[in-house]
Amino acid sequence: MAIDIYKINPEFRDIMPQEILDLEEKATWAENAVKPRGIKELPETKELLEEHSLCAGCPEAAALRYVLSALPKPEETIIVNSTGCTSLMFPHIALHTVHSLFGNQNAVATGIKRVLDWRFPDTEKDVVVLAGDGATVDIGLDYTLQSFFRQENITTICFDNEVYANTGGQESGATPKGQVFKMAPTGKKFEKVKMWELAVTSGCHYSINMTASAPKAVAKAVREAILIAREIGPTFLNIYTPCILEIGLNANEGLREMKEQDKERFASFKYVSPEAEEFLVKCKEEGRL
Amino acid sequence: MSKITDMTKTHNWSGQKLVTADHLLFDAPREKHFMTGSEVLKEAVKRCTVDASVSYPITPQSEAAHLIGELWAEGYVGVYFRGENEFGVMSEVAGCAMAGARTITTTSGPGTLRAMENFAQWSGTRIPCQLILMARGINSPLTIQPDNLEVSYMLETGCQIWYAENVQELFDMSIAAFIVAEKPDVHVPIITVVDGFFVSHTREAVMLPADDIALFPYEPYKSPLPPIDSETPPGRFLRDPFVMKSNYISYATHASWQWEVRSAVERSRPYAKHFLNGLVHVTGEEDAEIAFVTCGTASNQAKEAHRELMKLGIKTKVIKLRTIRPFPTEELIEALEGVKNVFVPEFNVVGWLEKEVKTALYKKSDADVVGGPRVAGGMSMPAEAIIQEVMEKINPGKGA
Ligand SMILES: Cc1ncc(C[n+]2csc(CCOP(=O)(O)OP(=O)(O)O)c2C)c(N)n1
Ligand code: SF4
Repeated sequence: MAIDIYKINPEFRDIMPQEILDLEEKATWAENAVKPRGIKELPETKELLEEHSLCAGCPEAAALRYVLSALPKPEETIIVNSTGCTSLMFPHIALHTVHSLFGNQNAVATGIKRVLDWRFPDTEKDVVVLAGDGATVDIGLDYTLQSFFRQENITTICFDNEVYANTGGQESGATPKGQVFKMAPTGKKFEKVKMWELAVTSGCHYSINMTASAPKAVAKAVREAILIAREIGPTFLNIYTPCILEIGLNANEGLREMKEQDKERFASFKYVSPEAEEFLVKCKEEGRL
Repeated sequence: MSKITDMTKTHNWSGQKLVTADHLLFDAPREKHFMTGSEVLKEAVKRCTVDASVSYPITPQSEAAHLIGELWAEGYVGVYFRGENEFGVMSEVAGCAMAGARTITTTSGPGTLRAMENFAQWSGTRIPCQLILMARGINSPLTIQPDNLEVSYMLETGCQIWYAENVQELFDMSIAAFIVAEKPDVHVPIITVVDGFFVSHTREAVMLPADDIALFPYEPYKSPLPPIDSETPPGRFLRDPFVMKSNYISYATHASWQWEVRSAVERSRPYAKHFLNGLVHVTGEEDAEIAFVTCGTASNQAKEAHRELMKLGIKTKVIKLRTIRPFPTEELIEALEGVKNVFVPEFNVVGWLEKEVKTALYKKSDADVVGGPRVAGGMSMPAEAIIQEVMEKINPGKGA
C-alpha cells in the first residue's frame, strides 16, 4: 500500500499552485488512512485538479469526483482507463491508473487483477475499469463481455456520453437511434446498445444504468459494485455523463440534461444477483457500506 | 496448487531450488533427452519460476501453449488462462507484467498481426515479458505453413528480437531471454522467434539440466518503472498529461521516450553476448570469400550447402545472427572481413533479413549482398537451392 502516491518535489513546492498542493494534502487517499471517508467530504477534499483537460462543465469531471470519493480503499485501487475524453482526466488525479490502449481496458485489468491476487493473496486490491461508451460497447465490447464471462473480479464503469467525444463527435453503439453525428450523416441506424442488460446476461452480479445527476446515488453504486466485485464477481455501472460540447449545451447545462434523462433513456435500472444481494446485507451489518 | 506464499529464500513455490542464471545455463550438469520444440519450451518454462502465462490457440504454437497450461496445473506457473483472442491475450500479458509478474505467451503468424498494437505498448511501458513466436505464414489465402513473414512486422515495435535455430537453442534462449529482458537497465519485452513446424514440431536430441532447479524469481521492484501494484508511487509516464498535449514539451517527451526504449534494447548487447555466447555464431572456413548470413533454420540449410560446396572446393562460411534487435552490426562486419559475396537465404517472400543486412553494411563493407535464395509459403529450402544461387553468381550462366 502506497500512501505517497502523489508527492511534490520539495524544490518546486513554493511555486506550485494551491490546487496541486491540495491534491497532495487533501486527495482521496490522504484522509482514508485514518478514517474512512465518502461523498460527504467532497467539498473539503481534492479528487481532481480544476485545471484538468476536459471542457469546462463536462459532467465527466464531476462524475469522476463522485467515483473517486466512493472508492472503498483508494490507496489499494488501480484504475484502468482507455483512450478518449475519460483518459484525459487521469493525469490530474492522485491515484494509481493505467492508460491501456483504446478498447483493451478489461483485458489489461484482467491481467493486473489476476496477478495482484497471485502476488498479494492476503491483501484486497481493487481493480476498476473506467472508459467511454466507444471503448466499452464498440471497439472493446469483446474484451468487456469476455471479462464478464470469465467472472473476473473487476468493476467496469462506462461513462456513457452517447458519442465518441474525443475524436470530434462520431456515433457510437450507445448513441440513440436516429441521432445525427459525424459519420452518421443521415442519423444512426440502430438502437442504443443496452450495455447494462448485456452485462446481466453476460454474468455480472451487479448492473446499473443511471445518470451522474445525484452524487450520493453514484457513490453508493460505486461502493457496492466494488465490494461485490472483490468477493463475488464482475460488476458494471453505466453512467450518463453527457458530452455538452457535441449536443450543443452550455457549461452550466449538464446537470439539467442529466436530470431530464433520469426519466428517459437512463431511467433507473438496477440488477443485483441473489448472492450479491446477500453479500450486501452482510456488508451493511459489518458497517462496510 | 502451489502458492506464492510457499516461496522461501532458497526454493520457489513449486519446491525447485533457486539458482543463478549462470548456473542454470552454463554450470548445472545436463542430460540428453529427445524432444520437440514445443516440449522443450515446457521444460524451459518449468525452470524459470514463471508467474503468469496467457494463451490462445493457433497452429503451430498451440501445443506449446497447452504444455504451459499443464505446468500451471502441476503447480509450476502462478497464473494461467486462455484469453479471448490475441489482442486480448497480449493485453492481458501487459496487465500481468505491469502488475509485476514474470510473464510469457506464445503465438504465430496471424495472431501476431491481430495483436500488433500491443507490442508497441509493451515496449512503451517497459515490461520485460517474453513472447515465443513460432513463426508461420500470413493469410490470405489461409495458410498454416512455416514462413517467417510476420517477423518483418515486429522489427520496429521497440521489442528485443532473438532467433533460435533449433530445439536446443530454443531451450537455452528462452531462459536467457527472461534474464536479459529483466535487467534493470534493459527492461523491455523480448520476442524469441523460431521457425514454426521446423522447430516446434521437430524432435531432436537436447541437453537439459535437472528440473529440480529454477531461476530466481522476477524482482519487480528493480524495474525502472514501478509496477502497478499500489505498493509504490506510480510511474509518472502513466499519469502525466504531457503526451496528450500538442506542444513542444510533449513532442520532446514522447520523442525522448521512444529513443529511450531503443537505447534500452541497445543496452541489452553485453548481457545477450554473455548469455548467448555471442550475438552471432560463425561456422565454416575462416578465409572464405563467400558467406551466408542467416537466422533460424535457414542457418541449418546454409550449413548443409557449405558442406556440399566444400566438396566442390568452394570455401564458404555461415554467419548466424542470434539477435535481430539489437542488430549485431559490428559482429557481422567483423565476420565479413575478406568476404566478397554475401548470400542471405530466407524463409519468407519479402526478404526482410536481406534488407536488415544491407542497411547494416551500407558503406561499411565492400561485399556484394545477394538477397537469396528466398522461399515462401512454407516451401523448404534445399541446400541445392542455395548452391545454385552461389554458382550462378560466381559462375554466371553455367549454374550449379
Ligand atoms: C485503435 C484505435 N482506433 C481509434 C482510435 C481513435 N480514438 C481515440 S478516442 C476515440 C473515441 C473515444 O470514444 P469514447 O470511448 O466514447 O470516449 P469519450 O471520448 O466519448 O469519452 C477514438 C475513436 C484510437 N485511439 N485507437
Ligand atoms: S468533448 Fe464532450 S465529453 Fe469530452 S470533455 Fe468536452 S464535453 Fe466532455
